[in-house]
Amino acid sequence: MTTMTVDSNTSPQSSQEATQPVADISSNGLDSSRDYRQTVGKIEVANTKMSMRDVNVSYGDKQAVFGVDLDIAKNEVIAMIGPSGCGKSTFLRCMNRMNDTIEGCVVSGSLKLDDQDIYDPKLDVVPLRARVGMVFQKPNPFPKSIYDNVAYGPQIHGLANSKVELDEIVENSLRKAGLWNEAKDRLDQPGTGLSGGQQQRLCIARTIAVSPEVILMDEPCSALDPIATARIEELIDELSANFTIAIVTHSMQQAARVSHRTAYFHLGYLVEIGDTDDIFTNPKHRLTEDYITGRFG
Amino acid sequence: MPTKKSSQHISQRYDDELAAVKSQLFEMGGIVEKQVTDAIKALLEVDSELAKRVVIDDNRINDMEVAVDEDCGLILARRQPAARDLRLVLTIIKTTTDLERIGDEARKMAKQAITLAEEGKAPRGYVEIRHIGENVANMLSQSLDCFVRQDVELALKVAQEDKAVDLEYASAIREMMTYMMEDPRSISRVMSIMWSLRALERIGDHARNIAEHVIYLVKGDDVRHVGLKQMAKTVHDE
Repeated sequence: MTTMTVDSNTSPQSSQEATQPVADISSNGLDSSRDYRQTVGKIEVANTKMSMRDVNVSYGDKQAVFGVDLDIAKNEVIAMIGPSGCGKSTFLRCMNRMNDTIEGCVVSGSLKLDDQDIYDPKLDVVPLRARVGMVFQKPNPFPKSIYDNVAYGPQIHGLANSKVELDEIVENSLRKAGLWNEAKDRLDQPGTGLSGGQQQRLCIARTIAVSPEVILMDEPCSALDPIATARIEELIDELSANFTIAIVTHSMQQAARVSHRTAYFHLGYLVEIGDTDDIFTNPKHRLTEDYITGRFG
Repeated sequence: MPTKKSSQHISQRYDDELAAVKSQLFEMGGIVEKQVTDAIKALLEVDSELAKRVVIDDNRINDMEVAVDEDCGLILARRQPAARDLRLVLTIIKTTTDLERIGDEARKMAKQAITLAEEGKAPRGYVEIRHIGENVANMLSQSLDCFVRQDVELALKVAQEDKAVDLEYASAIREMMTYMMEDPRSISRVMSIMWSLRALERIGDHARNIAEHVIYLVKGDDVRHVGLKQMAKTVHDE
């Protein structure tokens, strides 16, 4: 593995990743000349759930994601962090083809769920999005009852054969989302009448009702207060027993708290990927360190 | 790409807070260093006035320890530091504890100096005090230097020197035993010398601790309890 130093007095360290000898050691010593276009850290994982290779995404003329390689393990929580416009949300949205709906968005490279090519033109995206569910920044419950919000997915995907089965799915999903106790006596009331944090948990219940394998979360807590945030974080931890979770977040503390691995994106490149514990105590790339320590962003 | 500017935080006040607590620590280090050299001097020159001053000044060190820890606590609460900032704050908290303990050891030596001065005639054993004292004072000064300069090579050197001091201490103690056997009337005074040697040996241990904290700060690897070989590997990125 490569090394880091934190002082200008020590001699420059050679680096595996750098294509050229390191010439510049900046004031705190992490080598800033290391090319951020080459990812630092181990991309591969054991027990791969999703595997992405050389993913490029453009919106018209503007390229947003450049050659990202990344594997995601089954039942892991992976956090994607980076400054605004770094491509993390764009990359996340590729993972269930949510970018298809955006005009002019072109995705290239290989994205696989198990061994299934997600971008296979013959693939139906509806079942794909049932397997790879998504929770958005703003809670967006349907203008329907709490019950129907959760029941809708299983109904259209034909996951329940009877009302009893459907009831069971709704209850289980609400329980897993930690909303059952608060919602059980008002299942017929509109989902929009819940508080922001409850609505977000309703959206999570709705997502897990169709038994997805992967849940994508795009800043799921940025519209929530700290208590609701803490509950969602607790929930993410519980959900990781059954689901694989990829979360984009602007809160570095949140990434540090909930994830097993953290991926740092910068200007459309995956700069560093590693165990969250290492990323937040001893990152290898200067850019990662600058970002998580609040030096730029 | 980031330039040198990026070594500063977006929040200037965060930079100021870290700089302030660091300079407080280094100031504390300077005072502790002087306490140690004064205590050694008081012993060797049988200067009870100087020794008394060392005892009194130890309170300043205690106050500084509390102040540095408090500031570190505030930084943790306010800024949630990560990566090298986190390691810096942790290192400062640990170093301040070691410095305070070194201060205590200097005070112990000063108290022995007062006792010896009251008893008059200088006992044997001053050679050992002078010799080990010089080494230990040097180690302490280097351990603080390596923190200021974040110099891991120097930190490694401090840890290596500690081993040498431990050996010298063991041999000095054997020497003191023979003095006591030769002249039982000198036992109480030789005991004072032994306590002082013991304090010096402990100061060496604390200086080594500080050096280990510095290696953690710079390299991100904890080198406590790993042995000198492993420490050298960490320092040289092997």
